[in-house]
Amino acid sequence: MTRLTAPAAAVLVVLIAVPWVADQYQTILLAYGLVMAIAALGFNLLLGYTGLLSFGHSAYFGVGAYAVAMMVKYLGVASMELHLVGAIAASVLVTAVFGIACVRYTRIFFSILTMALSQVLWSLAFKFFWVTGGTDGLRVPTPTLLGMVTDKGDKIAFLAHAYYYYVLAAFVLCVALMWVIVNSPFGRTLQAIRDNETRAQFIGISIWRYRWAAFMLSGVFTGLAGALWVPLNGLTTPDILHWQFSGKIVFMAVLGGFRTFVGPIVGAVVYNYLESYAVGYTVYWQLFLGVILVVLVLSLPTGIVGTAERVWARWWTPARPREEAR
Amino acid sequence: MDIALIHVFNALLYASVLFLIAGGLSLIYGVMRIVNLAHGNLYAFGAYVTAWLVGYLATSVAAGEASGGAPTWVLLALLPAGAFAAAAAGSLLEPTLLRPFYRRAEEYQLLVTFGLLMIIDDVIRFLWGPYPLSASVVFENFGSLTVGDTLYPTYNFLVIGVGALAAVFLWAFIYRTRFGVVLRATSQDMRMSQALGVNVNRVYVQAFTLGCFMAGLGGAIIVPSQSAVLGMGVDALILSFIVVVIGGLGSLEGALLGALIVGVVREAGITWFPEIELAVLYLMAAAVLLVRPAGLFGRAA
Repeated sequence: MTRLTAPAAAVLVVLIAVPWVADQYQTILLAYGLVMAIAALGFNLLLGYTGLLSFGHSAYFGVGAYAVAMMVKYLGVASMELHLVGAIAASVLVTAVFGIACVRYTRIFFSILTMALSQVLWSLAFKFFWVTGGTDGLRVPTPTLLGMVTDKGDKIAFLAHAYYYYVLAAFVLCVALMWVIVNSPFGRTLQAIRDNETRAQFIGISIWRYRWAAFMLSGVFTGLAGALWVPLNGLTTPDILHWQFSGKIVFMAVLGGFRTFVGPIVGAVVYNYLESYAVGYTVYWQLFLGVILVVLVLSLPTGIVGTAERVWARWWTPARPREEAR
Repeated sequence: MDIALIHVFNALLYASVLFLIAGGLSLIYGVMRIVNLAHGNLYAFGAYVTAWLVGYLATSVAAGEASGGAPTWVLLALLPAGAFAAAAAGSLLEPTLLRPFYRRAEEYQLLVTFGLLMIIDDVIRFLWGPYPLSASVVFENFGSLTVGDTLYPTYNFLVIGVGALAAVFLWAFIYRTRFGVVLRATSQDMRMSQALGVNVNRVYVQAFTLGCFMAGLGGAIIVPSQSAVLGMGVDALILSFIVVVIGGLGSLEGALLGALIVGVVREAGITWFPEIELAVLYLMAAAVLLVRPAGLFGRAA
């Protein structure tokens, strides 16, 4: 913990300074990255800590986003805080139901089942256009933050300043909360289940119940990210419910390194830059990202953070006295 | 009555193509325990190759002779080109990209094929551009048959026939040939068959190539009646997922039954409940997974 406090504080200072030094485009791009980091962080509670690969996290991201869009369209709610509460409630509901079905399985069957269920939501959003707007999606105007109208006509300035800090605060809260979760007895139990299911069962752990709780927590983090994503994008479309979006979230976690706590955060931010710039430069951005993914899993399976840790350890361990290294 | 018959034909049409794609996916999973997310793209690849060849020949010969293009039998003989192209791609991909992953966790296998999906998607876009490619000449040249009082395209019967033939050939191939015995042995116990002298690496390449050939054939025979479009691979992948989940991953009988079920439900869905047609299919897959995770014909995992 102490080893990480100083770097974490430094990163936080940099993140706070961004709107003052970087231009609006860069700030908004980073806000997207932070939102995706929350989603990837939630996703990794399942992959990294519980050992379950979900290929259906687009469902919870989409539920969060559509919950906000529906609240705006049908209830006329403008307050971002109420949006977040609504999104959390909706994702608790959906993950609770999906979770009961999914956590009975592990490995490939878990992946396919999560994918099939997310596709159910996608096809509903796609086909019930009179409710969801179909492929046109639902437009969402700028919300009020903490009860104040902070958007004074200039939406870009709002997103690059007030809303950026709103996202940053949510991000810091989520990271802190996730840190507490994975280091709590609950988090340790999940890791025990991941490492050896049979032994965990032998010492009296109700595996099913723990996996279900992890599934819900994971989905709620991702749902929250979906809700925070809506004002940035201004529009929800069925794309975010499609299983290929789930693939992106998996990509982020693996890019950063899903065996570490910060891996998914780094992966999400880096992926966001990669995709934005690749899309800007070429229509063949998928090819570019696909090659990166294949090379990554072939040669650097521990991701950016895992690889950096290894390089760091190789450089620094010999310099230390032996006792300290232990 | 005629309408009912048309519905049955349409359901069989879907089922034939789906059986080809999903059968390949299932075969690959059965033998090497890999779920190939790029499988749908190989189907798309087959469709594009065939559409490109047929379209090219039909127009270039037409320009030369002004006689309406190459004769239909030439174009028909060219249809399988897509299947062979997909098979060739498969025989290159398995040893280079998939082989390093058999010993590693399933996460990585899924991820590498997901990366492959993105790559092939863009390779297709690079080679043939963003516009649909059509091979409708073949479809039109076949004309239509009278079914009762209505007309039905003759070409569709050809597709159904190819699907049925493929099922028969595949069954004979796997249950009645020496290669089939080796294939089944490897799928049941890879180490034991290796100990008995089977060259597992070779069996894997052959199985993967055969699976890709089936996907490519599916694309090649459907492309005259639909066009080859970007994104067709991902759509097909999801549908064939439903098929193999219902039938049982790794089982060819399952793929056949699953394809028939999905074909019938799709046809019924498009006619009577278009809004929830896809949702019903996914829910069916989820329900089967919950009741019988290994599928209707699957072995326990």
